[in-house]
Amino acid sequence: MRRVSVVLALILVLCWPVSASAESAVQSGGELHFCLRGEPKTFNPLLVEEDASETIRYLTGGVLIRLNRQTQALEPGLAVSWKVSADGRSIRFHLRTGLHFSDGTPFTSEDVAYTMKALMDPQLHSPTGDSFRSGEGQVAVRTPSADSVIVTFPAPVAGLERLFDQVAILSAHSPNKEMAVLGPFYVAHYTPGSSVLLRRSTNYWKKDKEGKPLPYLDSIRLDIQRNRDIELLRFRRGEIHLINVLDAEYFDRLQKEMPAVAHDAGTGLDSEFMWFNQVPTAPLVESKKAWFRSTEFRKAISMAINRADLSRIVFGGHAQPAFGPVSPASHFWFNSSLPVPQYDSAAALRLLSQAGFHLEGDTLRDSSGNRVEFTVITNSGNRSREQMVAMIQQDLSQIGVKVNLVTLDFPSLIERITRTYDYEACLLGLVNTDLDPNSQMNVWLSSAENHQWNPKQSKPATAWEAELDRLMRAQASTTSDKKRKADWDRVQQIIFEQQPFIYLVNKNAMSAVSPAVIGSAPSVLDPHAFWNVEVLRLGPDPALGAQK
Amino acid sequence: MTFLQKVAASILCAIFALMVLATFLLPAHYARQFRDIPNAGPSSGHPLGTDPLGRDFLARLLYGTRVSLLLAPAAALLSTLIAAVLGSVAGLLGGWFERIVLAATDLSLALPWLFLLLVVRAMLPLDVPPLVSVVIAFLMMGLLGWQASVRLICTAARGVRDSDFLLLARSSGCKPARLLVRHVAPNLRPLFYAQFFISIPLFILTEANLSILGLGVMEPMPSWGNLMRGFEDFSTLSANPWRLVPLVLLVIVVMCFQLVLPSQEVAQ
Repeated sequence: MRRVSVVLALILVLCWPVSASAESAVQSGGELHFCLRGEPKTFNPLLVEEDASETIRYLTGGVLIRLNRQTQALEPGLAVSWKVSADGRSIRFHLRTGLHFSDGTPFTSEDVAYTMKALMDPQLHSPTGDSFRSGEGQVAVRTPSADSVIVTFPAPVAGLERLFDQVAILSAHSPNKEMAVLGPFYVAHYTPGSSVLLRRSTNYWKKDKEGKPLPYLDSIRLDIQRNRDIELLRFRRGEIHLINVLDAEYFDRLQKEMPAVAHDAGTGLDSEFMWFNQVPTAPLVESKKAWFRSTEFRKAISMAINRADLSRIVFGGHAQPAFGPVSPASHFWFNSSLPVPQYDSAAALRLLSQAGFHLEGDTLRDSSGNRVEFTVITNSGNRSREQMVAMIQQDLSQIGVKVNLVTLDFPSLIERITRTYDYEACLLGLVNTDLDPNSQMNVWLSSAENHQWNPKQSKPATAWEAELDRLMRAQASTTSDKKRKADWDRVQQIIFEQQPFIYLVNKNAMSAVSPAVIGSAPSVLDPHAFWNVEVLRLGPDPALGAQK
Repeated sequence: MTFLQKVAASILCAIFALMVLATFLLPAHYARQFRDIPNAGPSSGHPLGTDPLGRDFLARLLYGTRVSLLLAPAAALLSTLIAAVLGSVAGLLGGWFERIVLAATDLSLALPWLFLLLVVRAMLPLDVPPLVSVVIAFLMMGLLGWQASVRLICTAARGVRDSDFLLLARSSGCKPARLLVRHVAPNLRPLFYAQFFISIPLFILTEANLSILGLGVMEPMPSWGNLMRGFEDFSTLSANPWRLVPLVLLVIVVMCFQLVLPSQEVAQ
């Protein structure tokens, strides 16, 4: 098959007019191929929960405001302009006129009103809608004219404009319901378990600088492929054009073979971290509970972990040491005033001795003479996490701490960290797609389920957790970015001082894009490789053969 | 003993000797990380290079051999003992007891053993040192790996049950326990040996499979299984062919265990 495509490519090249410039070889049209790593659970953009559906929402959904994944700035989408009220409770959109959904249904302010009502309908349980729920009461939507909408919330919503990047507008009148879209592509065909075919929407509103309609591509074929090895193999064979997310290991493999296709956009938002179980009712011996509740103990463990080695060895340099909940990739929200701690096992030992621990030979013991030893659990099959624990084992052995590793299948691990609390320490990662601090409310509020070290507290167990609660609520209830930034900086500082999560690394955002794809500019924000899908086009690919 | 059997036995002895003497032969502990030289090629300091964390690959191979070659036979012994007792008694007694044993065997053969191992592993306490967790893993394999042998042994015991010498022993007033120990078991001994030797590579491979899934021997302890996890990265493997040594060793050991069996026992 590949030979046939190579022959076809040669014929195309030979038939090409001799005067054709390199630029003219780049043309509109063609079908972009890549893989979804799971079955899309829904095509309703309001019900999106997982990556596959999110990819389809991004490619098909028209949004009022779009977050530019490269500049991290908000850009007009279906709304030409918008204005948030001084009290942060309402937002007024001025809409583009003369637009149509993919099936030809006209777009008006009624569609926005319909979408907002559906989004906030408690019966629908929209995960996207949850971000807008700021207080008790109804959301009021008014449509003063066909091109303007005013949405009023019962309480101020922090970072309100940014949330609309996730809201794909539905048609109030189309018989095709959610399949009528305002984005660059629409779902033309879906074969469960196999693929999703998206075709170019001729009604898409955007045009390039020369006035040509966007997108350039005719269609996108998304093959459903869970196995990452097969995905990589297919990319190597030229069967798919891009891989949106690459692990460090796969990235290195690809870079060795095809350096031009592997893209490292730099530090991403995803982090790897570990934490100690501080649940008071956990079935652990009291001495261990006391260690895990000790701030000095947690800080000493954090200081004794060589994060630079973790980044260099486990992630092949495609990660950066992490010390807090916000990645430096988040330009606005990252607290750059926090010090960058150094790996220092001697300082860790000093801190431990202040907390009543002492070294006996090569073994660290607490004030009661108990040997300091704990078990870290992580999910099985994740090699980089196992390697991280192996390195932490050696690092902590320098201060006399013995670390054991147990890998568990994911359901068992979740059972332990969320229900039985029968574990000592856990190492996991966090995939972060949203820059706004509100996206982490479910982690830092002491009552939250994802407050992993001691979740679902009826009242904050410590003073610093109470302070976290106060600051998180304060930043969520104000619309002043300056005030929110100040509160969020303080949250980062408290987390840095208390180390409830010991952050280890921020992984780089890595992707692979075939040379056949023109216009690609991988970014640190998701979707990394196709965030600018409207301007992507296919050209002849010298490395992989012609893809068109 | 044929020439081939002698060669196989010699190879096994050599591997066992290296395994036992590993502590004295190696310059570095298997868990020590030389972080400046991860994924290094063979050198005088590290004859088989280093792994992705900079650990001496030869040290890990020899210690891994110790884990795999000591515990796999132990698990094989356990499963063969269970199979021998259940199969012999069922075959000798026949009737309802035989039907219950065979039904239980069929039932446990129908169970997805991998998921069973996952469930049992998830239920175990977490605060155990790596060595204990390894022993538990092999113990589970031994306790869950007897079914196929039971059917074979039961069939063979049924044949012995109807034999003339057993009829003579019964008519002489020999009790069932004595019949089992003095007459049935000695006649089934070649089959027991065969099942034992066949189970060893089976358990080594099971551990390798579990390790590839991240559920076998835990870090930092090495085993052939977790050493072979490096095979996931084929490009690294082709650039560093010496990483294939655990696989070569596994193939050699499995072959040697098969060859070392007397031919009549294999025929059984």
